Amino acid sequence: MEGLFLSLFTFHFSLFMVPFSEEKLAKVQEIIARYPEGKQKSALLPVLHLAQEVHGWLSAETMDYVASLLQLEPIEVYEVATFYSMYNLKPVGKYMFEVCQTGPCMINGSDDIVDYIKQRLGIGVGETTPDGLFTLKTVECLGACGYAPMMQLGKHYKEHLTREKVDQIIEECRKQAGQLN
Amino acid sequence: MGVKLLLEKAHVEGIRSYEVYRREGGYRAVEKALKTMSPDAVTEEVKKSGLRGRGGAGFPSGMKWSFLAKPEGVPRHLVCNADESEPGTFKDRYLMEFLPHLLIEGLIVSSFALGSNATYIYIRGEYAWIPDILEQAIAEAKANGWLGKNILGSGFDCEIYVQRGAGAYICGEETALIESLEGKRGNPRIKPPFPAVKGVWDRPTVVNNVETLAAVVPIINMGGEEYAKIGVGRSTGTKLISACGNINKPGVYEIDMTISVEEFIYSDEYCGGIKNGKRLKACIPGGSSVPILPANLLLKTAKGETRYMNYESLSDGGFATGSMMGSGGFIVLDEDQCVVKNTYTLARFYRHESCGQCSPCREGTGWMEKILKNIDMGKGKMSDIDLLWDIQRKIEGNTICPLGDAAAWPVAAAIRHFRDEFEWHVKNPQECLTRNYGLANYADPLEVKSEM
Repeated sequence: MEGLFLSLFTFHFSLFMVPFSEEKLAKVQEIIARYPEGKQKSALLPVLHLAQEVHGWLSAETMDYVASLLQLEPIEVYEVATFYSMYNLKPVGKYMFEVCQTGPCMINGSDDIVDYIKQRLGIGVGETTPDGLFTLKTVECLGACGYAPMMQLGKHYKEHLTREKVDQIIEECRKQAGQLN
Repeated sequence: MGVKLLLEKAHVEGIRSYEVYRREGGYRAVEKALKTMSPDAVTEEVKKSGLRGRGGAGFPSGMKWSFLAKPEGVPRHLVCNADESEPGTFKDRYLMEFLPHLLIEGLIVSSFALGSNATYIYIRGEYAWIPDILEQAIAEAKANGWLGKNILGSGFDCEIYVQRGAGAYICGEETALIESLEGKRGNPRIKPPFPAVKGVWDRPTVVNNVETLAAVVPIINMGGEEYAKIGVGRSTGTKLISACGNINKPGVYEIDMTISVEEFIYSDEYCGGIKNGKRLKACIPGGSSVPILPANLLLKTAKGETRYMNYESLSDGGFATGSMMGSGGFIVLDEDQCVVKNTYTLARFYRHESCGQCSPCREGTGWMEKILKNIDMGKGKMSDIDLLWDIQRKIEGNTICPLGDAAAWPVAAAIRHFRDEFEWHVKNPQECLTRNYGLANYADPLEVKSEM
């Protein structure tokens, strides 16, 4: 029974395990070289970012893999991955709308933007559309207060949001994902 | 037009590139420092300049540098704090995005002064496109001999690396930043030992804000004494203010700290007045952590004197009637804004960002958020207001790092100056859901000001 459980466990994990490409492994070495010898743990945050690029989120097995790359105990990776808000510990949509809702954005109407996105996508905060395209998340201040309301979409910021602009962004994402029509 | 030291060239086309930056006089400070000055002489100029940390605390930078321990054979490090996360603050982003070489130049000069051969820029993870800009600037500087081995034949070696955070306000606190740079959770350390003695990898470390390090460039170019002549009193030089909220012209402005708050808000050179012809209700002048001030106390001190945009004037009156310069995140609220709701979003922010190490902060921020949410939703009790006051008092000063204070101050100030608005929410549980309280009687005796 224990053996069966163990093999199911491994099988489940291996689904989410993607070893790094040669290119990524070279990048890991380049990052480690930035720190003094033996201080490769410092590479943890950047390497977790690299890992997240592969799948969009960090599975336990991915974290174990990162631990092995940096010669760390898995717990050292878990405790870091769970501390920082940018690491996704469960799968997210292809496009994640991270809408800021702190003071300066709230003053400029971020509540309305969140409500509108909910209505447009038919999902609540923290949810993903059934087609796996969109996830809606509310976040705290992203440092774009003068260009509020705003959201983070992947690597970039979308600022001065209006309902029309949200429509445009959704269309662009759909188009990009080849799902229009 | 005020004096511009940092943003003077911000609008020169192509200033992001090495060629244009150099053509416009860039890297002169590195030449001057590395060819004609000793590291101690550079530190001395920074001391003379009176430069104060631009991240929020306002600690004299030259003094901070002089605390750096220099034990024989132990490497030292300079770390640039680019974890800009204080709500209302987006000035460092502007500097890095549009003037990356200015920061790199400041880093090289500062690294030389401190003896840092490996310098790190710790940038908040959400600014995900900026590391590319910085890394390109670093590569260009290196290709032109400003970084690497034996820079300008001075015998000084320096490399600069960019490290991305991953979403944690607390990592703007210098010891949490150091922990994070070591690949750990961003839990602040107990001081002492201070980073100047035991910082990253237990080595002596100086952590400075982006704007502080950029300011080293004009200081070296013009000399500390000349720099100190700009501004007033102990507020020397220029300060970047990121203005946002209900104003006509949100953005990043460089001020010389002699202008009044009124001029800053209403003149077309800066904020351009309150949006839609509304009246000014309140303002958080230095990032979300500093006390909110009602309009009357913002524009004039309790003594009836004009309030100016500098360290001393903004804090005139202490927390009873004053505020702080902080990080320069200037958040303006017009007459339609709800102070209770604004305070609630800030309390939620601090609850979200508390690292959880100290119980007064971990528990207290959660309690404050819940209570404020209830009041905002018309479910508050009169006793909640005193309870909030009590909680913030129990957080302030009882935590390892200043996040506890930063969470307590906005709540305290909101109750101190806008208590009637909180009480109105409690007394009018239905009405407060459909309309805002508006201006407090005492908060704004001013007429509509659309131009100046």
